[in-house]
Amino acid sequence: MSNINLQCLLGIQCNDFVMIAADQTNSHSIMVMKDDEEKIYRISDKLVMGVVGDSGDTTQFAEYIAKNIQLYKMRNGYELGPTAAANFTRRNLAEYLRSSTPYFVNILLGGYDKENGPELYFMDYLASSVRVPFAAHGFGGFLSLSIMDRYHKKDLTEEQAYEILKMCVKEVHKRLFVSLPNFQVTVVNREGIKILPVIDSSAMK
Amino acid sequence: MARRYDTRTTIFSPEGRLYQVEYAMEAISHAGTSLGILATDGILLAAERRNTNKLLDEVFFSEKIYRLNDDMVCSVAGITSDANVLTNELRLIAQRYLLQYGESIPCEQLVSWLCDVKQAYTQYGGKRPFGVSILYMGWDKHYGYQLYQSDPSGNYGGWKATCIGNNSAAAVSSLKQEYKENETTLAEAQALAIKVLSKTLDMTKLTPEKVEMATLTRKDNKTIIRILTSSEVEKLIADFEKSEAEAEAAKKQLPKS
Repeated sequence: MSNINLQCLLGIQCNDFVMIAADQTNSHSIMVMKDDEEKIYRISDKLVMGVVGDSGDTTQFAEYIAKNIQLYKMRNGYELGPTAAANFTRRNLAEYLRSSTPYFVNILLGGYDKENGPELYFMDYLASSVRVPFAAHGFGGFLSLSIMDRYHKKDLTEEQAYEILKMCVKEVHKRLFVSLPNFQVTVVNREGIKILPVIDSSAMK
Repeated sequence: MARRYDTRTTIFSPEGRLYQVEYAMEAISHAGTSLGILATDGILLAAERRNTNKLLDEVFFSEKIYRLNDDMVCSVAGITSDANVLTNELRLIAQRYLLQYGESIPCEQLVSWLCDVKQAYTQYGGKRPFGVSILYMGWDKHYGYQLYQSDPSGNYGGWKATCIGNNSAAAVSSLKQEYKENETTLAEAQALAIKVLSKTLDMTKLTPEKVEMATLTRKDNKTIIRILTSSEVEKLIADFEKSEAEAEAAKKQLPKS
């Protein structure tokens, strides 16, 4: 049995930035192995990918995409934009899905485009891809989506968006039957990628 | 002596030359002329039409100018049947990129991919290289309007104005004389294209049946590709002849005064 829905990914996109949060728990069966795992991968200068799913698949797929996007940059001298990167990722996921070795991963892709500003893409293991203003994966998403729907506005500041994520994590801590103590947070804006403080129970005070 | 080295594409001659590739280039220099000019507000391709028999069924409006995708057009000089194979390949490459990344292929990448195919034919596999040079015009978000040329060896380069096919060296040198960098508008480029073609084609009178022209511009974030109608070409030719006559008249008046 997979634990893909026991993990949690959250994402918010506003006018000036896109913010992604991921829980840091690695569990096998009923046992928690680790609570400081990194599930957000840097793909390029202004592109990050939050990945949850089977533990080998997440790293393998994220690195495969990241290296291919780096290769594109070396070959052509310019970077792949977030739209093209999302398309590329989705296509790969779709092709592996129909092979004998599919990747069982859910993804949130956040990037900053020179012309179009920040973009957030929601992708699941069935290789659907949608551009959205906010999104969540996993059971934690059931509790968080309503909060993000209530408080999301296009013109939020990074501090305000971080507060919304904190509210989501608080709800996950309170209502979800799974233990997801720590959430790492990454933001992508005009300047690039920035790592924000981990949200845990001490951050709630 | 050359026969020992020119039966296969893959063999160098003692002087270090690939005869088959050179013969392909030679074939192109007898083919109908194509030229391209980069302007500030767009870009154009113009080509000479050779098959102007009146018995010919007009199935194709355009004989030598092909649309490759939303943002690119090419014009060919050389063996038409070879060109059809290559344009088909170009369209495939463009669609493959579109499928993978969900956006149009950047111009140079398309040219580069095709040139890999062309180069491969000078090294292995087939019996001979493609007898085709190609002019490409296009737009992409990285470098804007672009004009490229590629030849049978698989070399390619970017140009502001260039010409392939019969008498191309003469056309390139007159383009070099007349082209004003960064201040040529598309309308001026069209006039220049007609002027250079009329010199290059070595005909007493240019006719609309002999010339094909396509333009590529951007409007509202979309690429607009247009193949000019014969009446539009006719007007360009008429304008050119008028200015030519005026210049002639001015020349005649000078010695008298």
